[in-house]
Amino acid sequence: MKIHEYQAKEILRRHGVAVPRGVLASTPEEAEAAARQLSGTCVVKAQIHAGGRGKGGGVKLARSPDEARTHAQAMLGMRLRTPQTGPDGQLVRKLYVEEGCRIARELYLGLTLDREVGRMALMASSEGGVDIEEVAARQPEKILREWIDPLLGLTGFQARRVGFGLGLPGDAVSAFVRFASGLYHACLATDASLVEVNPLVVTVEGAVLALDAKMTFDDNALFRHKDVAALRDPDEEDPKEAQAKEHDLSYIALQGNIGCMVNGAGLAMATMDVIQLSGGQPANFLDVGGGADEKKVTAAFKILLSDPEVKAVLVNIFGGIMKCDVIANGIVAAARQVELRIPLVVRLEGTNVELGKRILAESGLRITSANDLGDAARKAVAAVRGAQ
Amino acid sequence: MSILVDRRTRVLVQGITGAAGSFHTRQMLTYGTAVVAGVTPGRGGSHFEDEVPVFDTVAEAVHKAGATASAIFVPPAGAADAILEAAEAGIELVVAITEGIPILDMVRVRRALESRPGVRLLGPNCPGVITPGQCKIGIMPGHIHWSGRVGVVSRSGTLTYEAVKQLTDLGLGQSTAVGIGGDPVHGTDFIDVLRLFERDPGTDAVILIGEIGGSEEERAAAFVRDHMHKPVVGFIAGRTAPPGKRMGHAGAVISGGSGTAAAKIEAMREAGIEVVEGPHLLGQAMRDLLARRPKRKRAARPSRPRAASGDRRGGAARPARRPAQKPGRGRR
Repeated sequence: MKIHEYQAKEILRRHGVAVPRGVLASTPEEAEAAARQLSGTCVVKAQIHAGGRGKGGGVKLARSPDEARTHAQAMLGMRLRTPQTGPDGQLVRKLYVEEGCRIARELYLGLTLDREVGRMALMASSEGGVDIEEVAARQPEKILREWIDPLLGLTGFQARRVGFGLGLPGDAVSAFVRFASGLYHACLATDASLVEVNPLVVTVEGAVLALDAKMTFDDNALFRHKDVAALRDPDEEDPKEAQAKEHDLSYIALQGNIGCMVNGAGLAMATMDVIQLSGGQPANFLDVGGGADEKKVTAAFKILLSDPEVKAVLVNIFGGIMKCDVIANGIVAAARQVELRIPLVVRLEGTNVELGKRILAESGLRITSANDLGDAARKAVAAVRGAQ
Repeated sequence: MSILVDRRTRVLVQGITGAAGSFHTRQMLTYGTAVVAGVTPGRGGSHFEDEVPVFDTVAEAVHKAGATASAIFVPPAGAADAILEAAEAGIELVVAITEGIPILDMVRVRRALESRPGVRLLGPNCPGVITPGQCKIGIMPGHIHWSGRVGVVSRSGTLTYEAVKQLTDLGLGQSTAVGIGGDPVHGTDFIDVLRLFERDPGTDAVILIGEIGGSEEERAAAFVRDHMHKPVVGFIAGRTAPPGKRMGHAGAVISGGSGTAAAKIEAMREAGIEVVEGPHLLGQAMRDLLARRPKRKRAARPSRPRAASGDRRGGAARPARRPAQKPGRGRR
């Protein structure tokens, strides 16, 4: 789960990470008042989840409260396009007005899982403010890494090694160690899977500050962080993906026209692949999971069919935990509820497969049966072509 | 022969009284797995289905029932603790079925297991491991398996079933099928399993099924190139997955241009692995590959009885097939 910059900064602040003072605003008047309260030069920043906001005009300097108000007027309600949003951009609903600072250096600091090592890694680079993945690809030597032993935590010497490695002067290194340690504690306390400060700035006065902050949380750990879960902003999510989440389904919208409903993430990906191999385009990734019941399958079906682009549906289920008759009942119930009008190709295999096939056959619905994934994909592609 | 589990494996189920735990314990017992104990704290002294003794702690289950392997069905919040308890009690093989364990919990578990080299963790978020006709630990449908000489290892549950079913239908069967799980931080990896298959005289060839995310498949490919003589057929799921989107599994995400299917497929092909375009082609590719290799005499395969329903193909009902002779050497 992702959150906004202002929310991430609030969490970091609570864990002793130095961040600039800032105020949230959702109207031009509030932005003006915020700028007056902060005094001096401020920065008005659009709050959307996607990165790269500066390039799309979502970060503006304001030298006066009046100017803050003008920027706010322009930004609120605009669709901000960045390299990370789609071509339609993302609607700006909230702004964060922050005090300005005099920047001496811009650095990068991140904390994320290194899955190959199975530990969290602190990553830092003297190349701040730019895309860190590009730096990693082109100049890997410019990235400093420290792997954190979960039993010891981030040790002082590791943080110092990174601080000195970045070429910070002695005073700034002490501030940096406090900063990095706060970052790690914030990460542990919230089960964050990624904390990124880009840029991390050293001011002319020698302070170390998080100018931007991004936090992503481990969805599997939200059950023990109700406060973090409450920060979720449904406005930033694809409505169908959000709806799927409510039913504990894993759904991702894609660009094609063959809707897929599959059990198991691996099989769901493979189904997308084979559809494409057969000359079609999948409309989505949808994993109904291992323990799905009839209600869940019905919900999945409705989400699939709510996409107007979908011209045919392919159901591919290998019943292990989930029995084929349960799936079949769900398909029949959902198809009746939504009055299915587009071709449906079903491939069932596994536990109670004969019973499942019988339920489908006796339902009176127009269902094309398939024997394996290749057969199913070919039939779905043919069905779409027939419909056009 | 087989790897990891066989008819001597004595299985404990942690979380045996929960919905998933009890359902799958019944399935495992029906299959013929020696489920010797269950653990549910607070339910010690009772019996599961009048058959399996339930204990409060794993230590007790090991001491009194002689459990050597554990299947973990404990819900996510307590699953990491359950793994640690099993490891501490001297369980050799811990199979964590639970899906949705927090990543930082697994980081700590993996660190703790570094000091216990005698403990092997499989998973979490995996279907488990099965040696057909002998021992099934996990949630896979038993009836699609058949004792044979092809090893299967996979990050994905249902893709494992796909491969297994095809091998069974083609009369090739499986020596052992292993799911290593779809989480980014997990125990046993591809290389561990490949090494075991390479050494196992009951395995002639291996099917390896990977997916996008991480670089485990690339490392597995390097291992195959440098250390394996037995042929490998592979598949990678997620060629059409967009970058930055987590495809269901916590581990399946392309980030910063790494973990793509294309890179994995290329590494595997360079290592001499035959990579197929879809999971439905795995069985065929394996059959063709084995047919191209020098002939060795095979025992006639008895015709496969169609099980009427459910997981009825228990180990006791059918003797394991014996290899007709020493396994043939590899292609190099």
